[in-house]
Amino acid sequence: QITPFCSQGDEDFRENREKENRGKRRNGERDKKKRENGRRKRSSKSVSEPETSEEDDNEEDGNNDGEVRPELLSPEELERLKEAVDEKKKLIQSLRGKPWPMKQKLVTLRESQQFVEKYEGALGKGKGRKLYAYKVMMTKKWMKFQRDFENFKTACIPWEMKIKEIESHFGSSVASYFIFLRWMYGINMILFGLTFGLVMVPEALMGRPYGSIPRKTVPRAEEASAMDFAVLWDSGGYAQYSVLFYGYYNNQRAIGWFKFRMPLSYFLVGVGTVAYSYMVVIRTMARNANESGIGDDNSFNFSWKTFTSWDYLIGNPETADNKFASITTSFKEAILEEQESRKDDNIHLTRFLRVLANFLVLCCLAGSGYLIYFVVRRSQKFALEGLENHTWWERNEVNMVMSLLGMFCPMLFDVISTLENYHPRVALQWQLGRIFALFLGNLYTFIIALMDAINLKRKEEKVVKYNITMWEASFYNGTGSENSTAPPITIHPADVPRGPCWETMVGQEFVRLIISDTMTTYITLLIGDFLRAVLVRFLNHCWCWDLEAGFPSYSEFDVSGNVLGLIFNQGMIWMGAFYAPCLPALNLLRLHVSMYLQCWAVMCCNVPQERVFKASGSNNFYMAMLLVILFLSTLPAIYTIVTIPPSFDCGPFSGKNRMFDVIQETLESDFPAWFSKVFSYASNPGLVLPFILLMVLAIYYLQSTSKSYKEANIELKKKLQMVTHNSENFVIFLLCSFDLILIAQKRILFTQDGICLILQY
Amino acid sequence: MGNKQTIFTDEQLDAYQVRRRLHSRYHELAPHLVPMDYTNEPDCKLPLALIVDMPELKENPFRNRIVESFSEDGMGNLSFNEFVDMFSVLSEMAPRELKAIYAFKIYDFNVDNYLCKEDLEKTLNRLTKEELTPEEVELVCEKTIEEADLDGDNKLSYADFENMISRAPDFLSTFHIRI
Repeated sequence: QITPFCSQGDEDFRENREKENRGKRRNGERDKKKRENGRRKRSSKSVSEPETSEEDDNEEDGNNDGEVRPELLSPEELERLKEAVDEKKKLIQSLRGKPWPMKQKLVTLRESQQFVEKYEGALGKGKGRKLYAYKVMMTKKWMKFQRDFENFKTACIPWEMKIKEIESHFGSSVASYFIFLRWMYGINMILFGLTFGLVMVPEALMGRPYGSIPRKTVPRAEEASAMDFAVLWDSGGYAQYSVLFYGYYNNQRAIGWFKFRMPLSYFLVGVGTVAYSYMVVIRTMARNANESGIGDDNSFNFSWKTFTSWDYLIGNPETADNKFASITTSFKEAILEEQESRKDDNIHLTRFLRVLANFLVLCCLAGSGYLIYFVVRRSQKFALEGLENHTWWERNEVNMVMSLLGMFCPMLFDVISTLENYHPRVALQWQLGRIFALFLGNLYTFIIALMDAINLKRKEEKVVKYNITMWEASFYNGTGSENSTAPPITIHPADVPRGPCWETMVGQEFVRLIISDTMTTYITLLIGDFLRAVLVRFLNHCWCWDLEAGFPSYSEFDVSGNVLGLIFNQGMIWMGAFYAPCLPALNLLRLHVSMYLQCWAVMCCNVPQERVFKASGSNNFYMAMLLVILFLSTLPAIYTIVTIPPSFDCGPFSGKNRMFDVIQETLESDFPAWFSKVFSYASNPGLVLPFILLMVLAIYYLQSTSKSYKEANIELKKKLQMVTHNSENFVIFLLCSFDLILIAQKRILFTQDGICLILQY
Repeated sequence: MGNKQTIFTDEQLDAYQVRRRLHSRYHELAPHLVPMDYTNEPDCKLPLALIVDMPELKENPFRNRIVESFSEDGMGNLSFNEFVDMFSVLSEMAPRELKAIYAFKIYDFNVDNYLCKEDLEKTLNRLTKEELTPEEVELVCEKTIEEADLDGDNKLSYADFENMISRAPDFLSTFHIRI
């Protein structure tokens, strides 16, 4: 029964080939497949060298059929041969998509390649043969290079094996978190590259060194404690007076031997990080939207559950059991919904409960917002009294309270949501929305408190400025017997009275927040997951009830909570990166550590989820939240840049009236005169406003056309439904479905035939 | 296997290294049956029982049907080429249409080119490990046919199936095995 498949196939296909007598061109991509065939067929050849087997094929085939001499063919025949070659090339391209058995595919492929090998050289004879052969060789080499490059790129993707392992144990939803984390890591790497390479390194290498000017030196009063770990951890001391924070940068217009424009670079990098982030997020959203297709969720509910709910990637028995259970539950839910949709009772009670739940949630949110505000006010008071007088808790109150709220409020929301009796997916979205609102509210209260602190510092600045002028005057009066042209007495920079630097303070606050957030996350992970797992495992022997099955059991991986945490963390980075160039670097480190720590924790302490979360539907949901956070987090930074004058004593913009004046200055001094004229015309409100209006109109137009396409889609679908119930209109059905496919895939509104047919119908 | 590449791209299928790796997996299943080099065009086929024991397939409720639909004799005996074919169709890079064709074959238990009620019942029972009551199974099968059947013959032809599966957002991500 089992025959050598090649010889049987050979006889069948050789007959066909003799009948066909057509030329086929070899496709560079199919090279290797052919080589494998050659390898298997030619017993005398070794396995290693692909090239030799090709030539062997040539020789053998050349001997089998009669030689075709191109010189004997007329031009028309040559032309026909070329066309046949092209057609066969198309066949080879589509061979991968054909559902033929492997054997047939391989034999057809080999046939084509053998024949083409013979004719390719032949076609190239005559005029331009050398050029043709050279072109073919270059194409082959290029394809091989492309393929090697693709392989190399795939091998470079980090953490692929880890994610595959997690995917096979926990399913695609948990793995989607880690893929999201990896994507974020990529973004942060670019942001780090920008801030490090264009801001931190130039200042460190080419700017004035530490200790040369007052702003770069630790003041005399703080020098004693500048190296203490506690101070450094709090980003004070030497950490504060370094390239890590805004205040260190000098406002010299051009530094170094090639005149690097430091303030301009600082400003543009700030703008560039935001622009790059927008671009990447929107591009990813668009790609996700395209991939998710045009299908609506309701029309094939049960069919999709039946045919696409099993995740073929699952290779672990425990995960498989959970998946079976979750599929069963999902079916039961759908069945219940189907039965329930025919009856609806007690809608008033449900509505009342939902309103009550929302009211409770609002109270909770308002309460947490007020708590944050109160705590921030208190910490401002503490700061005025001097931080050394208070305990560790009082000093870090704000950050601790924010982190704790972030931990406990979602649990509270979870409990409240049981009142609402929603479908679990809807309940999850409400949950995510509420947690989002919680984090947003908290963040904004934090920012408002920060603005208060900034205003305080600015008032202080005025006082300090006055004091400094007094101090300088008194200093020079003391040595007043000299002429005014006498060289000034050098004062050590550490002794010069310093102005307050609100930008550095803002940067420090963000760094502290990120660090405390990170610490909270890791500690929660270690205690909540690891310690719990250890306790459950080892105390189970000597406990009254089964710890593993009942409370507390092993924890599940909280995908949505972790994703939200990641998104908000990134929001804080975007907000603070302008004032603390070290933030992207810090975040990169944090994400790197998170990846390894969480991968380990998931595999070691977590069990697969009971209800395996569907990964596909929420991809764009997370991206949309990221976009909202991006927008909201760049607003405060932009506000401060545009309205608040920079500190007079620190940072690259000191001395200017507004930070964006650096652009004006660059245009005036570095560019030719006509450029600044053009720019001033372009930035004229009379030009900018109509442009914005035009863009708004374009958006409106695109929105309305897409709406009309969607409506047309729905209409046609309805027509299709009506038509399919009449089997005699099968032809119309075919054409209607063809139209539907056209609309859905090519977004063409109506074809003429479609209109005619539908009108006929 | 020291090879770090686990993503089964189109180019890699052709690549010497991946075929080597697949061959070593194939060889692992029955070292005494599968020869190490293929220059002599050996004709060995591995039986169903060996192949469904692979870790990638072991937990899959449809593993028997998967292997059967890629085997030429319909009994699940796979030669190496069919083995490669199977994993290539189930890989990330296979086009959607190709996957739909094979998915249809897999779910068609009685191999009559239609997904009739019995096929759906069998599919459902495998998916839920027979946890649903017969009435519930009946309801689901009815709803499925109602949703997807376009030509009104109370069973799903390939056209119906393809029409339904092409709109499914999860199909590509779930009908996917990584090796």
